[in-house]
Amino acid sequence: MSTTSAPPDAVPRTSHRGDRIFSGAALAAGVLILVTLAGVAGFLLWQALPAISAPPEDVRGGEGLFSYIAPLAFGTVLAAVIGLLIATPLSIGIALFITHYAPRRIAQVLGYIVDLLAAVPSIIFGLWGIFVVAPASVPLAQWLADHLSFIPFFAGPASTSGRTMLVVGAVLAIMILPVMTAVNREVFLQTPTLHEEASLALGATRWEMIRQAVLPFGKSGIISGAMLGLGRALGETMAVALILSVSPGVHWDIISTQNSGTIAADIALQFPESSGLDVNTLIASGLVLFFITLLVNMVARYIVSRRAEFSGAN
Amino acid sequence: MSTPDVNLETPPTPNGSDRGRTKDTSRAAGTVLLAEPMVRPSLSPYLVWGLLAGAFALVLALQLTVWSVNAVTLTILTSALYGVVIYVVSAVREGRRNATDRLVTVVVTTFFALAIIPLASVLLEVVTEGYKRFDIEFFTYSMRGVVGEGGGAYAAIMGTLIITGVTTLMSVPVGIMAAIYLVEYGAGKKLARGLTFFVDVMTGIPSIVAGLFAVSLFVLILGPGARAGIIGAVALSVLMIPVVVRATEEMLRLVPNELREASYALGVSKWRTVTKVVIRTSIAGIVTGVTLAVARVIGETAPLLVTVGLTTSTNLNPFEGRMATLPVFSYYEYAQPGVPQAPYFERAWAAALTLIIIVMALNLIARVISRVYAPKTGR
Repeated sequence: MSTTSAPPDAVPRTSHRGDRIFSGAALAAGVLILVTLAGVAGFLLWQALPAISAPPEDVRGGEGLFSYIAPLAFGTVLAAVIGLLIATPLSIGIALFITHYAPRRIAQVLGYIVDLLAAVPSIIFGLWGIFVVAPASVPLAQWLADHLSFIPFFAGPASTSGRTMLVVGAVLAIMILPVMTAVNREVFLQTPTLHEEASLALGATRWEMIRQAVLPFGKSGIISGAMLGLGRALGETMAVALILSVSPGVHWDIISTQNSGTIAADIALQFPESSGLDVNTLIASGLVLFFITLLVNMVARYIVSRRAEFSGAN
Repeated sequence: MSTPDVNLETPPTPNGSDRGRTKDTSRAAGTVLLAEPMVRPSLSPYLVWGLLAGAFALVLALQLTVWSVNAVTLTILTSALYGVVIYVVSAVREGRRNATDRLVTVVVTTFFALAIIPLASVLLEVVTEGYKRFDIEFFTYSMRGVVGEGGGAYAAIMGTLIITGVTTLMSVPVGIMAAIYLVEYGAGKKLARGLTFFVDVMTGIPSIVAGLFAVSLFVLILGPGARAGIIGAVALSVLMIPVVVRATEEMLRLVPNELREASYALGVSKWRTVTKVVIRTSIAGIVTGVTLAVARVIGETAPLLVTVGLTTSTNLNPFEGRMATLPVFSYYEYAQPGVPQAPYFERAWAAALTLIIIVMALNLIARVISRVYAPKTGR
């Protein structure tokens, strides 16, 4: 430090009250967010308690809370996994295209275009799914039922309206594509340029370079991106509520008229007309959904925070 | 950055070429390089584009005559046909490695095209269907007493603007102050690290869960079964705050430390430095982030469905009673239509078109702000 400085006390002290108020407000805002998150869990639990402690025959469905929520949880996971299976390879391909294949000048614009998909409200995806995707899926479902019916997922008979789990999964895939692509793009861009150039200098083709340098480097990013997408797909409500034709119970078949509902869509469909214990039952199922997504998101964030400063927020 | 035409006349010696790489990637590199020597890509671009155009023309011709025209199958079949042809041609002329490279290029480009198709299809469908009722009556009338044709979304549009406005008023101060805490005060503290983590986790809360939280919270205040705009605004705030925090935090971190130090050196107190220097430097980025956050919550349906409900008359008071909002209005027009259905579906689509115009406009504004005022940073 400088040798000419006066002792600190000699500097006229400005009032610290403003500082204290301001830093206090900042701290309060931070604490408020943590309290809110705890409050989400706490208030849901509080409102779910009557349903948890109620006798099984009083709960909607008449067989207790578990047998009401379990098929819905199954449907939630099935729809999300179908969406994830479709979206993961697509998002990797799109991210590679934007970062390594598209001409530099238009790459950013292409990124915006994919981000625009994230801006479309879910209600619009729902309307689009039911008016466009569902009718278009009928021939495919028919073909699957005719030729691949030995696989339990395609047992059939195929739905003629197209309001199936398969269509829901496809629409969910499109909806989670932007967030997964954003994460993948980010990690692919972070690949050290020296690794890529070294690979190319050894005579690798572009694909070999990607396999040797980009994909190994981005592996954990791809995994956490997929987890983030899974979290989004699990909680997606309106698109599922509009598209899916639901019947009670567990159904593995993804192309028939008999589909398990999802927790989020069930809440949206039942809540407006519910009262009393039914509301508590729905909140209890919401609590289950909250913990499933919380777990998935925490794992995703843990992986992401171990490797890089990146968030899929927006 | 990565040019495909690597100019190597002689194949590289495989042994020792991958020194210094990690173990498993070096094995992959070794096997690939040993398998076949490098040959320069030698197909003429005219041939490549010609083959693509040929494949496209063939599939299109088949669809126009034998099958029906469909963008998705057109893309997939064109890519499949072109992929097979280019692989065979390239394998014969340039060797298998270049053929694989060309095939992957086809696959990756196809994937991108497949992502564009839904976006184009959604926009096309919303515009063509929503256009039918995109008239003056739609923007000036509520749904009070309307059965069948006529009526409009005036109440819903006002409701959406009011609820989103209240949400923004609640979320922006909390979000920005929390971001200030993270960047300016919390560095290295355990609380700040926990907050960063949980803010990220919070971005993943399902919107319906946020709605249920607001419902449960207001059972405490208003009793069970209450519906009001403010409940919806609280639910939306839970979704909006983390987005604002992340965007603001990112912008604050871009402000160079020299600016802060220069301010301190002039004897300015910390809070004045933050408000007058740090915030002022990053205000454009913060506004962009807030605009995008608004765009994200304005289209939320599920939380409003369970907290605000729907009403046919115009209610502009967010503190009392049900309100109409655009997404919920659109949902009910579709889900519970009267007879005949057509006018209800047309209103649903018109509401969707209004909503998407608002969202796209907000996105555009955000991009323009960030493009015009963005601080220059290297990658």
